[in-house]
Amino acid sequence: MSRPSHTVHRSSPASRAAAIFGLIVLAILATAPLWAGRADMRLMSELFLYLALASLWNLLAGYAGLVSVGQQAYVGFGGYVLFALTIFLDIHPILAIGLAAILGAAISVPVALLIFRLRGAYFAIGTWVIAEVFRLGFAQVQALGGGSGTSLPVQVVRSIASGRTMREWTTYWMALGLVVAVLAIVYLFLRSRRGLALTAIRDNELAAGSLGIDIWRSQFIVYVVTGALAACTGALIFLQKLRITPDAAFSVNDWTAFVIFIVVIGGIGTIEGPIIGTLIYFALRETLADLGTTYLIILGVVAIIVMLKAPNGLWGLVRARWGVELFPLSYRVAAPKK
Amino acid sequence: MADLMIKALDAHYGDFQALYGIDLSIAAGEVVAIIGSNGAGKSTLMRSLSGLMRNAPEQIVFKGESIGGLRADEVSKRGIALVPEGRQLFPSLSVEENLLIGTQVGREGAWTLARIYELFPILHERRNQASTSLSGGQQQMVAIGRALMSNPDLLLIDELSLGLAPVIIKSIYEALPDIISNGMSAVIVEQDITKALSVSSRFYCLQEGRVSLDGKPGERSREEISRAYFGV
Repeated sequence: MSRPSHTVHRSSPASRAAAIFGLIVLAILATAPLWAGRADMRLMSELFLYLALASLWNLLAGYAGLVSVGQQAYVGFGGYVLFALTIFLDIHPILAIGLAAILGAAISVPVALLIFRLRGAYFAIGTWVIAEVFRLGFAQVQALGGGSGTSLPVQVVRSIASGRTMREWTTYWMALGLVVAVLAIVYLFLRSRRGLALTAIRDNELAAGSLGIDIWRSQFIVYVVTGALAACTGALIFLQKLRITPDAAFSVNDWTAFVIFIVVIGGIGTIEGPIIGTLIYFALRETLADLGTTYLIILGVVAIIVMLKAPNGLWGLVRARWGVELFPLSYRVAAPKK
Repeated sequence: MADLMIKALDAHYGDFQALYGIDLSIAAGEVVAIIGSNGAGKSTLMRSLSGLMRNAPEQIVFKGESIGGLRADEVSKRGIALVPEGRQLFPSLSVEENLLIGTQVGREGAWTLARIYELFPILHERRNQASTSLSGGQQQMVAIGRALMSNPDLLLIDELSLGLAPVIIKSIYEALPDIISNGMSAVIVEQDITKALSVSSRFYCLQEGRVSLDGKPGERSREEISRAYFGV
């Protein structure tokens, strides 16, 4: 039986243009120390770290269907690991960031074994409870300042680089490197066979199970990977802040609520969504933060309008209208050339 | 030896008992119909067979292995695939991606994308569309194709014709002999008795969770079957 010879590929002109554009943006960002001021670089680092957290939460909730409101557990854990390793064991801070990822993965295993017994809303609440347990636990550690927290000793800060300028450049590049790594990991994960399985699980758990997909295992892997990377991000966040307290480290607002806002307005279940969402969130924050409480009300209104008018987020709107995909995950068919 | 043996299978939903001591066997290459009215326990039987409902291990034996206690994904790795009631496609995946999910089990065999497209050419045309944009009949083809992609030894089809137009039902039944070939066995759950008996070599009729009649389609009279079916 003969069939017209359609060709199938993932990339499209839009995705190829996006890849080139992305590389140019990356090159410009990498050279930021040459053209950006101190405050701009701080802001951009923060943006990168939020983008990393948003992409991780998107993988967790948008693809694996694990709606967690407790990712601050790993952010705070990573931050505290950085402080503990550098203060008590004299480990170099950059190495400690890497170790934070490994320890984040290690601690996420028993947590997963516990909370994977819960489903849906109970799972969400369970993750929050775990994060509170972490917060209360670290508040008991007197060596790390207990409830009032501690600062990173000067000699630890100096060990990153001797001069202040070089130190700021280093932390900036680490933040940029981390977000690139997170986006790459998320993208490659979703393109793999396991990524397809994840989407199937999110759509219909029963059918996915009866087609041979080990649901528990797939979700477990995502949970551990996102836990590790969130801990790594947390270590970097608190390396920049130079000070840690249990309330700041395990803040549900800072590390989960704003992150969910970013993912929801950008478009959950797409790789592009968190990028758009992070840019919008920072644009709103930088222009409106002086308004105090009004700013939070505006954020809430924006979230409600987007959820009502564009439930798939702003990127969902773009994709539905023009069918573009900058990070090509799905296959597309091109008609045979005549 | 029978490929699949069900021995004294009970099934419960909480306090409610849905199946009472079901005994059933299916030989390799055999097509067996399960008929019965609403609530007779047909779907519960399918849920038990596919691992969506867990039972005592020894109550279901497949190729000599007790599988009654296994999870759905473990059952499917052993070569039992389910075409679930109501199709249950993955709405965010395209037609082709839905079919590819069937390969997650990692069972190699004669069924490939090309062969599925040969069986249902319309799916090749629609391969890049969202599965939700298909008609009910086309969705059923995807659900069947998706199960076949796992190259099962036993195919379970729950409510094959439910909610489909008669012309679609006819074409799917016409495709069945091509689907169930190469020694594959199948269990077809169906409310449409005539259609079910036309493709099967044996049938079991369920009524209120018990086997009320079984045999070969030609051996039993219509009256006998409808008595077993309706319980009057």
